[in-house]
Amino acid sequence: MNERVRLLLEIADDELILGWRDSEWTGIAPYLEEDVAFSSISQNEIGHARALYELAAAELGTTADALALDRAPEDYRCAPLVELRRLEWARTIARHWLYETADAVRLEALKSSSDPELAGLAAKIDREELYHRMHAEMWIDRLLAAEEGRAKLEEAVLELWPYALGVLDDELRPVFAERARARLPFPLPDVEPVTRGQHTAELAELLEEMTSVRRSAPGAEW
Amino acid sequence: MDEQEFLEYVQAGGQVEVGDWMPDDYRSRLVKFVEMHAGSELMGVLPEREWILRAPTLQRKLALTAKVQDEVGHAQLLYRVVEDLGKPRESSLDDLLSGKAKFHNVFHYATASWGDVGVIAWLVDAAAIVSQKALLKSSYAPYARIMKKICWEESFHILHGRDVVLAMVTGTEGQRELVQEAVNRWWPPLMQFHGNPIPRDDDPMYVWRIKSQGNEEARQQFLEGYVPQVRELGLELPDPKLRRRDDGVWEYTEPDWDELRHVVTGHGPMSEQRLDLRRLARANSAWATQLLLAEAA
Amino acid sequence: MPVYEVFRQERKGQAFQHAGSIPAPDAAFAEAWAREQYGRRGESVALWLVPRDAIHEVEDFPDEFDLKYRRVDGYSIKSRLKEARERAGTAAPGDR
Repeated sequence: MNERVRLLLEIADDELILGWRDSEWTGIAPYLEEDVAFSSISQNEIGHARALYELAAAELGTTADALALDRAPEDYRCAPLVELRRLEWARTIARHWLYETADAVRLEALKSSSDPELAGLAAKIDREELYHRMHAEMWIDRLLAAEEGRAKLEEAVLELWPYALGVLDDELRPVFAERARARLPFPLPDVEPVTRGQHTAELAELLEEMTSVRRSAPGAEW
Repeated sequence: MDEQEFLEYVQAGGQVEVGDWMPDDYRSRLVKFVEMHAGSELMGVLPEREWILRAPTLQRKLALTAKVQDEVGHAQLLYRVVEDLGKPRESSLDDLLSGKAKFHNVFHYATASWGDVGVIAWLVDAAAIVSQKALLKSSYAPYARIMKKICWEESFHILHGRDVVLAMVTGTEGQRELVQEAVNRWWPPLMQFHGNPIPRDDDPMYVWRIKSQGNEEARQQFLEGYVPQVRELGLELPDPKLRRRDDGVWEYTEPDWDELRHVVTGHGPMSEQRLDLRRLARANSAWATQLLLAEAA
Repeated sequence: MPVYEVFRQERKGQAFQHAGSIPAPDAAFAEAWAREQYGRRGESVALWLVPRDAIHEVEDFPDEFDLKYRRVDGYSIKSRLKEARERAGTAAPGDR
């Protein structure tokens, strides 16, 4: 697997799994209007994953669906942050903000890539991500403005912090950490990141469910 | 205007807005009707939601998520109509979750397979759109106006559902069997969906022109449109009496109206389980909902 | 929660039409939510969000004296036009 494909799969897998997790809120979010908005975010993420898989698939001679749904759990390259099942709103918002902040750093770097396809797709993705970031910021403001909200946000961020640090590599991680510290009014400790390359038990469980219908008739059209 | 004049006005095609005078009976029935519609959209999400997590391709994943998102959006539109009539959303949700407010029969049943996903999106949404088109000219103008957006979005749902079914009936034997099996299970609730055949002049919703069609008219329209579509795929409908007479009227085995009543009063196979899921979700997120409702800092 | 009325413009150049309403804690939430509820399908090119309190409804228009002089239906020129054409000798065959 070459460097380009590795990178494409990393980001695609992040977006796919996060999009899948975010879609778990469809129908049960804290407010109807928020439910609709958050569902769009999850669809955008899957859409980004699909576009990234298509680039990788072209190189590998396969399809986006096959990359998204037919690999073994150990072959996925997503960061552990996105694998966690956290069907709780404070953790969902915390993860949303942390991921979007890290992803912004990653996309900035990719937009200036010498690979025009990659740079072009990064720019396209970033134009949608702008609204994801605005949404996350809006919620952070709202949570921080109330005592209970702030306490819940702090607890959630601290729990996810080691995982959030694992989204980016050694080169880009400090940029992310600095932005997080500048924005959040509580201290964020220096801890070991939970890096890419290892998976939580939750990923295998998620993939099992995710692929259950597809595996029931391998190769079939749906 | 008095009640008789109001009746003549709406029966002549007149519409009213939120601030207009309306008879108490009209207002209370309207609120109940729109609330049931809203609750149905909200509860309708749950049977499909679990399959979002199991969609077999990225395209189907996106389409199903978008469909369910639309339903939540419809609930939003409908609860807004109810809220503007004076009943706060939290109060409507209380009534839904306590079982006091009803929702359509079809959402009380289990979904067993991806075959159900196709059949629901195609035939249940088709049955719903027949009813919804009869609301486009509702005497209550705010309701009529949102129905335009709702009908526009539903038309994609039906096409998506039909596409899912078509992929399966042209696929493996196993896939085709899943569809037929789903059709067998969903047909009886579909036949009950439009309600018992109360003559439309005895139906207050029609009398007040909140809807422009009686129950039996709606059912006949559904059968006329969709039985041929089901049969042309080589699928069977589990009613030996189902046939179209020469005069265009569809005959069928009389649905079990007691069963319908039993189900919509919360005794369906999945009624309690689904309400429990909503109650739990609401309780777990209550702090976040309260944060939104709180006065600005 | 304040309610924001949503007006949407379907295509550039068209009038903004009332589309619905969104209760929201503030303008940021109203925008985020309206954007999705009224624009996720590309059905709008622009939205106006207006706090409901800012809307001033006017709906009483008395027309007691049927002031037709300022409307097109207040004018019936047929018979005078016919007479004028007859006098000028320009009456067309179709004139009655």
